[in-house]
Amino acid sequence: MTTSIPKPRIHHPSLERNSIGLTRRDYEGSMSTLCAGCGHDSVTAAIIRAFWELSIPPHRVAKLSGIGCSSKTPTYFLREAHGFNSVHGRMPSIATGAGAANRDLIMIGISGDGDSLSIGLGQFCHAMRRGVRMLYVLENNGVYGLTKGQFSASADVGTKAKRGEVNRNEPIDPVLLALSLGATFVARSFSGDREQLVPILKAGLAHRGFAFIDVISPCVTFNDHEGSTKSYRFTRDHMREVIAADFTDGAVRDGGLDGAGNGHAIHADPGDETPAESPDLVPIRTEITAAYAPGSVHEIRMHDGSTVRLRKIDENFESTDRDAVYAYVRERQRAGEIPTGLLYMEPEALDMHAMEGTVARPLVDLAFESLCPGAGKLDALMEEFR
Amino acid sequence: MRPTDVTDPAYYHRVVDCQWACPAHTNVPEYIRQIAQGLFTEAYLTNRESNVFPGILGRTCDRPCEPACRRTRIDEKPVAICRLKRVAADHRDDVTGMLPTAPAVKNGKRIACVGAGPASLALANDLVPIGYDVTIFEKLPRPGGLMRTNIPSFRLPASVLDEEIDYILGMGVDLRCNTPVDSMESLLREGYDAIFVGSGAPRGKDLDIPGRHDSDRILIGIDFLESVHFGHITEIESRVLIIGVGNTAMDCCRTVKRIGATDVKVMARRGRQHFKASPWELEDAEEELVEIVENHSPKRFVIEDGILTGMEFDVVEWYDDNGRQKSRTLETVTIPCDAVILAIGQDNAFPWIERDIGIEFGDWDMPVVDRTTFQCTLPGVFFGGDSAWGPDNIIWAVEHAHQAAISIHLHCAGASLTDRPPQGMNLLSEKMGLHQWSYSNAYSHAVRAKMVHVDLEQRFRDLGVEVELGFDPAQTAAEVQRCLNCDVQTHFTAELCIECDACIDICPVDCLTITHAGNEAELRGRLTAPTIHPEQPLYVSAGLPQTARVMVKDEDVCVHCGLCAERCPTAAWDMRRFELLQPYAGKPAGSSKYPPLPLLR
Ligand SMILES: Cc1cc2nc3c(=O)[nH]c(=O)nc-3n(C[C@H](O)[C@H](O)[C@H](O)COP(=O)(O)OP(=O)(O)OC[C@H]3O[C@@H](n4cnc5c(N)ncnc54)[C@H](O)[C@@H]3O)c2cc1C
Ligand SMILES: Cc1ncc(C[n+]2csc(CCOP(=O)(O)OP(=O)(O)O)c2C)c(N)n1
Ligand code: SF4
Ligand code: SF4
Ligand code: SF4
Ligand SMILES: [Mg+2]
Repeated sequence: MTTSIPKPRIHHPSLERNSIGLTRRDYEGSMSTLCAGCGHDSVTAAIIRAFWELSIPPHRVAKLSGIGCSSKTPTYFLREAHGFNSVHGRMPSIATGAGAANRDLIMIGISGDGDSLSIGLGQFCHAMRRGVRMLYVLENNGVYGLTKGQFSASADVGTKAKRGEVNRNEPIDPVLLALSLGATFVARSFSGDREQLVPILKAGLAHRGFAFIDVISPCVTFNDHEGSTKSYRFTRDHMREVIAADFTDGAVRDGGLDGAGNGHAIHADPGDETPAESPDLVPIRTEITAAYAPGSVHEIRMHDGSTVRLRKIDENFESTDRDAVYAYVRERQRAGEIPTGLLYMEPEALDMHAMEGTVARPLVDLAFESLCPGAGKLDALMEEFR
Repeated sequence: MRPTDVTDPAYYHRVVDCQWACPAHTNVPEYIRQIAQGLFTEAYLTNRESNVFPGILGRTCDRPCEPACRRTRIDEKPVAICRLKRVAADHRDDVTGMLPTAPAVKNGKRIACVGAGPASLALANDLVPIGYDVTIFEKLPRPGGLMRTNIPSFRLPASVLDEEIDYILGMGVDLRCNTPVDSMESLLREGYDAIFVGSGAPRGKDLDIPGRHDSDRILIGIDFLESVHFGHITEIESRVLIIGVGNTAMDCCRTVKRIGATDVKVMARRGRQHFKASPWELEDAEEELVEIVENHSPKRFVIEDGILTGMEFDVVEWYDDNGRQKSRTLETVTIPCDAVILAIGQDNAFPWIERDIGIEFGDWDMPVVDRTTFQCTLPGVFFGGDSAWGPDNIIWAVEHAHQAAISIHLHCAGASLTDRPPQGMNLLSEKMGLHQWSYSNAYSHAVRAKMVHVDLEQRFRDLGVEVELGFDPAQTAAEVQRCLNCDVQTHFTAELCIECDACIDICPVDCLTITHAGNEAELRGRLTAPTIHPEQPLYVSAGLPQTARVMVKDEDVCVHCGLCAERCPTAAWDMRRFELLQPYAGKPAGSSKYPPLPLLR
């Protein structure tokens, strides 16, 4: 007769180790306290898998979040990573600051539709336009789960709450928002489709810039009923993968992060070398926006030497440019579909550090004298402006 | 693959590997839970229902259940199933009032048994309570068979043996000791409704090499042990060689250590990995400073002036010759000794069964016995225990007896012996509350408890000193928690699943997979964790409501932690206790063998 037990630290005899000697279980956190069956727990499992597959040393990672069930989930993965649970909606600012101070951190932000699209909408927008280098996961369930299921800003017109009220307010669509604000990596996926989600998460971690993923993640307690447009069943019935992504890691595993933690993270520059085993890789400066035929495979080399292989599934999907993607997504949504996949990506994007021209060394590693040159230097500077 | 039919008792039974491996299908996890709760009497009766001799078996069983125990799939050592059985037996209350008794009105059928070993006794245990008159003829002065005459009392105290045999005799068995059956033909003429042959495999194998018949210091193992038991042998010379390395050899070497031998060697023809003795018996012998010598093939006895002075061996080396093991001699050595005990196996012998009365004998001069019905070629005559197919062990003798009793009951009713009563099952949810189960689902990291032994000096002082002390309360409390409760099954209801993956993610041992339907090879190829034991069947659900994919479970390494059921939002997974219901003679599956238990606590 026990109350809930922790997941025992035993495992299947065949449990694999990654290139830094860790098992998937080493990337777990404490037991989830979310409702059983929550989509967010599945996203957590996908994140665990993505980090494990990339052999990222947990202590190199910073997990950032706001407030909400979704924002609680960083506790449930990478128990050895850094973490910051911020004020509601303010995670983007914390991330901006953390990234500014230590550009070598691998940052993952977890947020909800309430956290990012209601109270934190402004913060979210600015992090995107600044190009904070992070993977930003919005676990979208159409409700404020933590506060018992009120409609959030992503609730669709006509969707029904558990008690029957119908939503009349226009939703804010985070994918359309991201596209219009210049985000350089925009994807949508579903907590129930791990095969799609894991490669997108990995590509997002490899992206040098703000990588945004909107993950439909059903709230099993307050928004999984008949009449909801964010339920498991509704999402399964209406989602359509328009472009499939495949991720092959290169430098992340082989050169970038080496267990000892002194590598230069995910954004290490591989130089101009093309790995021998994939001769037909798209050269680094090729435009991602080139049109390609449905079913055809398009490979994109990331900065760290990894490769994202995109396969177009819907022939009408034109990823030629941001506007075309925007128009396509909007049009399909009007038709009642939920288009998913890695919808838009600019591998050559400039991130915050590039745009601001910051020093190459993380600020935290600079000597105090160079970070804070002292009153004399300040006076001299002030003198210049007189 | 088609959806698994979990209403077939064999499916979930297969998941309780200890119970599946036990010849009598003892409900191991149930009695372990009862011990955990201090319900020793209940635990004893749970055992007794299927294995009849819990106290005896808790000390001597061959324990086929332990190598099968699922604990070894994630931990080094199996649960100490056998020694926990002894805990139940040692701490039980008086059960005499709780055992089945003979009915006041008998059914008028008379059954004769030859031999009073475990096979005949277990047969009587099943038949007397349903109205049969059972007569057992035994050639020796006391009942028990090899359990009494060959298993030394330092492993099995006489008091334990007597008590459990008396439970059966007390039901009203007509036991006739000192009454050998000399002729099957005359026994047949006595008009019994059925005859059960439980006469064992009474002849020790001989070793016909030069010198064998030139000394009286060359003894046969099982005869030697019997002579020690009856006090005909009370001492032996100091240097003794035991030939053979099976379980009899282990008892012989440990016995001679107690009656005067100081230099004892067990001589094996092959290497250790081929020894027949159980690993724990080898350990116990070595603890008693018996030397075990490998790769020595007996060549001749060395007799000087009519006195045995030693034995000559070829020291051999084994090599593989196209998959067959062959030996080559490296040298020949003589090992001095004063006595030799041959412990190289047993043969069956039926000099008392006439060969012209319809009982057919086949290979090795063994009776032809049906594997399911235990009947020989003469209707109404049944065999069980070692007499059926050669030497085995107590628990098999018991299971043979259960099956032969069913056959005898069918035979006496004029029914077909192959129309055997089916097994049944119960399946009961263990759910008590949101995160509460009526079994202890937490995983215990405890290591297997080590049996404490009486110190060497004390145990050599007297043949009857039991070596093993039994588990103390702390050991018992830790050991019971090592059991994974493999009978508490993960039961799946496909219609309820919303495919949220919660169960897949929480499972600590990656048992679960949701995937597209396919044949077994395809499904195994897509499992979350690869198959280790392909002989363990996969569970496959019906199509799931949202995507028509299927839930697949590799039962192999499930630790029955119940987390899948705890994390499932719809209770598609539930933890349900499976109970195998076995039929016994006159007791269809599900009816109790025992009178209703008084509420004990
Ligand atoms: C040294 C030794 C150690 C063993 N240790 C173990 C152990 O630790 N655990 C275990 O499970 N098994 C052990 N065994 C095996 C086990 O004892 C036997 O498998 C088991 O006793 C067989 O039971 P049974 O009823 O078939 O025959 P038995 O036990 O052999 O009983 C047969 C009985 O029939 C009597 N009999 C024979 N012929 C006649 C006749 N014509 N008329 C009347 N009576 C007759 C015999 O006197 C005997 O009493 C051991 C065996 C030996 C030899
Ligand atoms: C400043 C502030 N305002 C309001 C709240 C109450 N509050 C807590 S969580 C939450 C909404 C969370 O919704 P979402 O981000 O979608 O997370 P979910 O629980 O659905 O995953 C609100 C409004 C708060 N904690 N802090
Ligand atoms: S863990 Fe317990 S129930 Fe499972 S096989 Fe071992 S003894 Fe039997
Ligand atoms: S009970 Fe469920 S969660 Fe636990 S090991 Fe078995 S399948 Fe996995
Ligand atoms: S937790 Fe329950 S509902 Fe969710 S996938 Fe597993 S069985 Fe289905
Ligand atoms: Mg929400």
